[in-house]
Amino acid sequence: MIAMDKTDISFFKDGLRLDGRRADELRPVKIEVGILERADGSCYIEMGGNKVIAAVYGPREVHPRHLQEVTRAIVRYRYNMASFSVEERKRPGPDRRSYELSKVSREALEPVILTSFFPRSVIDVFVEVLQADAGTRTAGINAAAVALADAGIPMKSMISSCAAGKVADTIVLDPMKEEDNFGQADLPIAMTPNGNITLMQMDGSLSPDQFHEAVEMAMRGAREIYELQRKALVDKYSQMVAEPGKVEVHASD
Amino acid sequence: MTNVISEIKKDFIYNLLIKGERIDGRSFDQYREISIERNVIQKAEGSALVKLGSSQVLVGVKMQPGEPFQDSPNRGVIITNAELVPLASPNFEPGPPNEVGIELARVVDRGVRESKAVDLEALCIEPGKKVWIVFIDVHILDDCGNILDAASLGAIAALLCTKVPASRFGLGEDYFLPIRDIPIATTGIEFSDVLMFDPSVDEEAIANTRLTVITTASGNICGMQKSGTGMLKPEQVYRIIDIACEKAREIREKFLEA
Repeated sequence: MIAMDKTDISFFKDGLRLDGRRADELRPVKIEVGILERADGSCYIEMGGNKVIAAVYGPREVHPRHLQEVTRAIVRYRYNMASFSVEERKRPGPDRRSYELSKVSREALEPVILTSFFPRSVIDVFVEVLQADAGTRTAGINAAAVALADAGIPMKSMISSCAAGKVADTIVLDPMKEEDNFGQADLPIAMTPNGNITLMQMDGSLSPDQFHEAVEMAMRGAREIYELQRKALVDKYSQMVAEPGKVEVHASD
Repeated sequence: MTNVISEIKKDFIYNLLIKGERIDGRSFDQYREISIERNVIQKAEGSALVKLGSSQVLVGVKMQPGEPFQDSPNRGVIITNAELVPLASPNFEPGPPNEVGIELARVVDRGVRESKAVDLEALCIEPGKKVWIVFIDVHILDDCGNILDAASLGAIAALLCTKVPASRFGLGEDYFLPIRDIPIATTGIEFSDVLMFDPSVDEEAIANTRLTVITTASGNICGMQKSGTGMLKPEQVYRIIDIACEKAREIREKFLEA
């Protein structure tokens, strides 16, 4: 959290947030499945001002080969921000933040991927942040989980991700940019629909009680997102079944 | 980077664990012996050698004047870096930091930054032009498990004895770096439903889930990081936090509030 002294910012007006949301309300979410032609699975997600694309390639051959595992597939995850995705141009290429986010995001998804089905192979997940507005890692994970399902990768369950934050001593769901920059805490989580946590990070300051409240709120948010992910996938595939030929089905190339 | 552990040893650890025991005889929430030696490097502005059992981590703090960030013109800058040098473990390789090293440095940094331990405003020399840059460099010397807690402890211990080298840069008398809080990182691992703290290197190798909780002197949480490819139930998270707060208080009182 960038510590900036903008104590004059008021985060609430008539009990509502800067963008008119209630404290426990998500920003609008839009999910589209299978938007890329070449990838084995893909997903475009908008969560508030975030616009993120995820693509999945694999299971495929591992390069370099010394990385391959004899008992399971390895999972790679690359989180990348477009230089134009933020207010001030970001220098292209990975930085320390994106290395860390790639690691924790991969670890958020790997627990549900049945990697033992595909020994000596790799499942590559590429996440491109096209526009950032606080919460890009959670948006990336949500898109990646849908893209994995779209690629037909066997998974034990879906993964849904959402953050809770603290602004003006109030716990809020899904903080937007202003709340993230000038807020007091940020707690992103990812979990399975039955509440097993696969990602948890926190910065800022929370008392143990506030932490409980924030975790529970973030988990409720993740459950809401799960329903949207599920619907997006069901919509795409039920359309394929109902109108064969209408939706392009790619023969394996 | 992953530690290899034999199936026999894994079984051995597991069989002990279901009896409620650990390989080195500790209880599940017991830390190994901690020692902190300060000012071990005279060339550094502040330094600390932390031993956590056999794990050894050396943290050095260097300071120099430099330009502030544009969005915080009157604040000093903290830069944290970690070197997982190959002498510390058969699993460390030479070369630029990999994701494990980067994650470690960023979690150490998170503790110092989010606890507001360093009074950054006090490090402003000339608003918008010149501020003090604080380099926290973590050097892992011997990885016998839980180097993250050791590194965090080393960072705050080194900062607590850091002297701002003002005279060297013609900026007046040297003075101690103002420190306002003492963040402590505490790491718990989960393995077949058992939670263990301060994991040894073998315990780290069998557990695939780790949760680090950083707490401030007031008992608030200022940073967290889950790591590894496992899952945690909310109750396990809450339990880790309870124990983490208690352990952090003990460590803070015993070693840093002297």
